[in-house]
Amino acid sequence: MSYREKRDYTAVKPYGDTMNDGKVQMSFSLPVPFGDEAREAGKRLALKMGLEEPEVVYAEDLGEDFTFLVIYGRCVHSVNFSSIEVPKVQVHERDMEEIDRLIREKIGRKLVVIGASTGTDAHTVGIDAIMNMKGFAGHYGLERYQMFDAYNLGSQVDNEEFVARAIELNADALLVSQTVTQKDIHVYNLTHLVELLEAEGIRDKVVLVCGGPRISHELAKELGYDAGFGPGSFANHVASFIVDELISRGA
Amino acid sequence: MNKLNLDRSKIDRARQAARNIAEDVQAFIDLHTTVAVERTVARLFGIDKVDEMGTPLPNIVVDNIKEGGGLAGGAAWWLGNAMVHTGKNPQEIAEMVSRGEMDLTRVPVGSGQKIEEAVRETASKTVEIIANNRRKREEYIKCLGEGPQPYIYVIVATGNIYEDVVQARAAARQGADIIAVIRTTGQSLLDYVPYGATTEGYGGTYATQENFRIMRKGLDEAGEEVGRYIRLCNYCSGLCMPEIAAMGALERLDVMLNDALYGILFRDINMQRTLVDQYFSRMINGFAGVIINTGEDNYLTTSDAVEEAHTVLASQFINEQFALKAGLREEQMGLGHAFEMDPDIKNGFLLELAQAQMAREIFPNAPLKYMPPTKFMTGNIFKGHIMDAMFNVASIMTRQGIQLLGMMTEAMHTPFIGDRFLSIQNAKYIFNNMRDLADEIEFKDGGVIQRRAREVLNEALAFLEQIEEEGLFITLERGKFAGVKRSRTGGKGLEGVFRRSPDYYNPFMEMMGGGRE
Repeated sequence: MSYREKRDYTAVKPYGDTMNDGKVQMSFSLPVPFGDEAREAGKRLALKMGLEEPEVVYAEDLGEDFTFLVIYGRCVHSVNFSSIEVPKVQVHERDMEEIDRLIREKIGRKLVVIGASTGTDAHTVGIDAIMNMKGFAGHYGLERYQMFDAYNLGSQVDNEEFVARAIELNADALLVSQTVTQKDIHVYNLTHLVELLEAEGIRDKVVLVCGGPRISHELAKELGYDAGFGPGSFANHVASFIVDELISRGA
Repeated sequence: MNKLNLDRSKIDRARQAARNIAEDVQAFIDLHTTVAVERTVARLFGIDKVDEMGTPLPNIVVDNIKEGGGLAGGAAWWLGNAMVHTGKNPQEIAEMVSRGEMDLTRVPVGSGQKIEEAVRETASKTVEIIANNRRKREEYIKCLGEGPQPYIYVIVATGNIYEDVVQARAAARQGADIIAVIRTTGQSLLDYVPYGATTEGYGGTYATQENFRIMRKGLDEAGEEVGRYIRLCNYCSGLCMPEIAAMGALERLDVMLNDALYGILFRDINMQRTLVDQYFSRMINGFAGVIINTGEDNYLTTSDAVEEAHTVLASQFINEQFALKAGLREEQMGLGHAFEMDPDIKNGFLLELAQAQMAREIFPNAPLKYMPPTKFMTGNIFKGHIMDAMFNVASIMTRQGIQLLGMMTEAMHTPFIGDRFLSIQNAKYIFNNMRDLADEIEFKDGGVIQRRAREVLNEALAFLEQIEEEGLFITLERGKFAGVKRSRTGGKGLEGVFRRSPDYYNPFMEMMGGGRE
């Protein structure tokens, strides 16, 4: 039995440089004046967080009675890794050519996809990465696909306007990008869109997908979306999901 | 400074093309006004506050003139007439209008000479306040001094102006030279400026005149404590460009984001509206001694930084010419660009150096505003911190003017107070440790960097000549900038654009636009 196989997945701890040393690093700021008391406060907080032998390796005066701390310690907790199940988007990942071919063969017409960064959100990097011709990191965007009619409406699109365009263009799939998450504005905004789609009676007629740096599939499902895509997702992941979903719905 | 061996005649030709482009558009601008321009006149007349519904009085006054069909003549004339007729000041008149006690276009018309006198007297008081603010800034810088360029520029964005002040003061102590208060998301699309101190916002804090005042006071105090003038920055963009400029001039802001094309491309604001608005806003910024920052960096977040580099340079040329038209000096033009190339590109840093050095040589007097990596920041904060360090190295090697510091937590959340500290420490370390490196280096004749700069200049020149031929409006309609297509009559705010009548009157254009070519 190799050393690697001896790991106990029922009680996993952070690994620094020795099995089960529990070592973690963290940094945070405290709204207290810089000094020994600030270091001690950081240490006590670390203890409360479940770190043994916390060590403040660096502290700095940020001014205005704020102190920045870097702390190391040994985590006392463990988790049972073998019992973990995470809901994931079930995507059978394909490349652009395969997806185009699949649409041609199984659906036989171009699919209409509308995307936008909705509400007051002004960030477009995410939706652009999925939709723009060039795509991101070598994955072409949906505009490049022969079998998608892709409409990128850009940023700060009202949910009402978004729904109106979806009806006007008879969309098959809607992509919503949300970047700003302060005070959970994205949750409000995403929920509002679902309510509007339901009110218009088209929620079941479209594949509804959201994405963004703080979006998980779990959150998306909870809010009434068909899928949620977080960081590291590319156009072909989203496209694969849309196609599979439409085929399984018998489009 | 000539490290790139660029062809001077091509630079001259590109500048001439940009001048022709700007002149073509200026002919359009000079025939038009907007609701935002006229609300700005109202503000500069001293009209402020809101009615019980929260509608700002400048909006009420301008809407009243618009409904009476008088906006083509300019708000100044109607306000002047009402002042002569009633003997009241502009604020009192605005309050009467808001209570429905006066309809500005129905006030009996008095003598033209008296109206003009009343307008000039009121306007010159405001102009004097702004001139005093400018002198006060100069005195401050003389007494306290200022940080060396590149100025260290950081952002605060808590949504609560009072909490912003605490973070801004901490940043000043840590070494920041410029504090920008990010606006709440969506403010650029409001066709009015909110009023009073605000404590709620999303992704930022409302730009209001009271918030400007609160932050200015906090930074003046911090500046005196640290012995360095701390500049304050806000956002002169969106549907209220000139109003924000006026508020900033009155509260001594020092830096304003103020791009001629940004609103059109990235906020879908109607192009006629933005072009007219940017002119008056820049005129005010010019007179107030404000450094403007242009938004070319945004092209690179939506398009590829290697392939679209020439559009950045072309836009810098165009922004320079529009700024000159509005009377801004070169020293006030923080022309923008960004360190946004894919970090996986082999020799990508050399291409970044070429771009930064090229901007430096083509716009030698401009305090170039350099924007950090954002597009390829991932959540790997450790790598992100190194990318930000590379960005700082490129800046000090090419003598940039204003360094908007990158944050390791870019793409995750608004910066923690500790993130900002680490970024300032990163920049201070590199800027100090490499302070005079730029004087010690030359670039290899005919090497990668020189060739890249030459190539980008050639492409920018060809692009500018094409725009010169087609005109700026058509170029925007065809989606040549950032791949974004905008129609001349589409977008937000077109209903607020009016053709000026032959007797259009705006005293501030004469009083503040002195530097116009």
